Amino acid sequence: MSKPMSTSASGPRTASVRPDDTTPAMCFDRATLAYGGRVVWSELSMTVQPGEFLAVLGPNGSGKTSLLRALLGLAPLAAGQLDVLGRPPRRGNPAIGYVPQHAGFDRDVPLRGRDLVGLGIDGHRWGFGRLSRADRARVEAALESVAARVYADAPIGRLSGGEQQRLRIAQALVGDPQILLCDEPLASLDMRYQQEITELIGDWASDKRGTVVFVTHDVNPVLGLANRVVFVVNGRWAAGSTDEVLTSESMSRLYDAPVEVLRVRGRIVVVGEGSGAGFDLDEPHHLPGHVGAHA
Amino acid sequence: MITQLIHLLGYDFVQNALVAGILVAVVAGLVSRFVVARNMSFAVHALAEVGFTGSAGFILIGLSPVLGLLSGSMLTALLIGALGLRIRERDAVVGVIMGFGLGLGVLFITLNSRYASEAFAILLSGAITTVSRDDLVLLGIVGAITLVGLGAMYRPLTFATVDPVVAEARGVPVRLISVLFLLLLAAAVAEAVQVVGVLLILTLLITPGATAERLTAHPGLATVASVGVALFATVGGILLALVTTVPVSVYVTTIAFVCYLSARLFSSLPIASIRRDRA
Repeated sequence: MSKPMSTSASGPRTASVRPDDTTPAMCFDRATLAYGGRVVWSELSMTVQPGEFLAVLGPNGSGKTSLLRALLGLAPLAAGQLDVLGRPPRRGNPAIGYVPQHAGFDRDVPLRGRDLVGLGIDGHRWGFGRLSRADRARVEAALESVAARVYADAPIGRLSGGEQQRLRIAQALVGDPQILLCDEPLASLDMRYQQEITELIGDWASDKRGTVVFVTHDVNPVLGLANRVVFVVNGRWAAGSTDEVLTSESMSRLYDAPVEVLRVRGRIVVVGEGSGAGFDLDEPHHLPGHVGAHA
Repeated sequence: MITQLIHLLGYDFVQNALVAGILVAVVAGLVSRFVVARNMSFAVHALAEVGFTGSAGFILIGLSPVLGLLSGSMLTALLIGALGLRIRERDAVVGVIMGFGLGLGVLFITLNSRYASEAFAILLSGAITTVSRDDLVLLGIVGAITLVGLGAMYRPLTFATVDPVVAEARGVPVRLISVLFLLLLAAAVAEAVQVVGVLLILTLLITPGATAERLTAHPGLATVASVGVALFATVGGILLALVTTVPVSVYVTTIAFVCYLSARLFSSLPIASIRRDRA
């Protein structure tokens, strides 16, 4: 089992801290998560304050999604403690909104954008029920907030990836959550849509002082937004600000191999030492070489 | 022909058949929407075939074939639920269970006396005109349970069907919903077998839902359309069979197929595709 590398306690962010904001949005205390007998991350200690934007980075299969599942109450910890808004995680927590990876709806699924958003309000409730007038107004407002009203009545399977992700964000926000969990929401979207989606999430976070946990294998789209970073690889992790975590020294320790972190024209590029055959952070086991453009 | 039909409508067996047909069509139409959306055609087939084995088994020990059918398909539903909840493995699990179930069926047929063969023919191709008052009560009870169950889980079932990842994140018990739906499906299959028989079950449990998907993206309207198609095919089939010598199931399957083809044609029209793309 590997040891945690660094811990960074988060200090108070701004002067204007409201009383109810003293409860951390989430607090990991030596939390260990195992999945199928394998330790995904061990002794993770990290506190995220309300209004913070946490980017969860690391190669595929490193346990980024497991972190979200733990927060959603879907994966119990093997050891340690985790609190979400001062309470243990629980399934169906209405204070959490969730945006999944863009998977694409089947072309013919009989579902419109507004139905998807509506399911965000009452889809978990038993019964047949129809949305009340107040709830329909909330759906309308959520659609408006992501500028999706124009295509809200079209079959969802016929919309573009970017349009579908906008609806997903409306669905996650319609319940007025305090925390937004995003699992690779930009994957398989082109650059323009990536920007639009990040902006929507950033705007919500600053308007509502909402907390965002953003799982991504590429930090660059959220560099301007993320004020906290946790990098997970092979059971090890490093947490702190972008400047603390995304350094050559910290990344080399994480990967247990010489890694260089470069900042090129406002983008972060992680490169492994050596030459020849490249490897991507997505495939940590093919060490070492060129680490590719993802951080 | 019309006068003949009106005359026939006075008979008990005709009234029984129509009531049974309407009951079955409503249940089948509702369930069909989810069968199509959840890609469960193969499971429907297995539930019906192993239901047939259940019937054959019950006939062998002198019990009601309808109850046997219900038990066989329920047991199959539980087995599929226990062994194959992951979509990836479900087809294989269904195939494995169906294979063994049919093997048992062959055994039961062999053990049965040859007088049972008429019962088998009825099971395979349906015999709604032989429905008795007692059968009707049983159909009514099973139908009511299915409808209540479906109503109780309609929203989370819809959520888990169209958007399983987010549904789970929002606390919907996705696995439980899968098993519950399989049980409802088993009951619906046992009902629909009364009309079209084991061999033609797909007509009532798949075609209406598949037709509805072609007509509208509005989930509520799609459900209404699905029930409508099931009712139209069933009632139309029964009425046509009354005034001709062709069996009910032939008409039911044909009407349902024509509905589906018409919906395909409709959805390919330019007006329809504009509506579908930007409503």
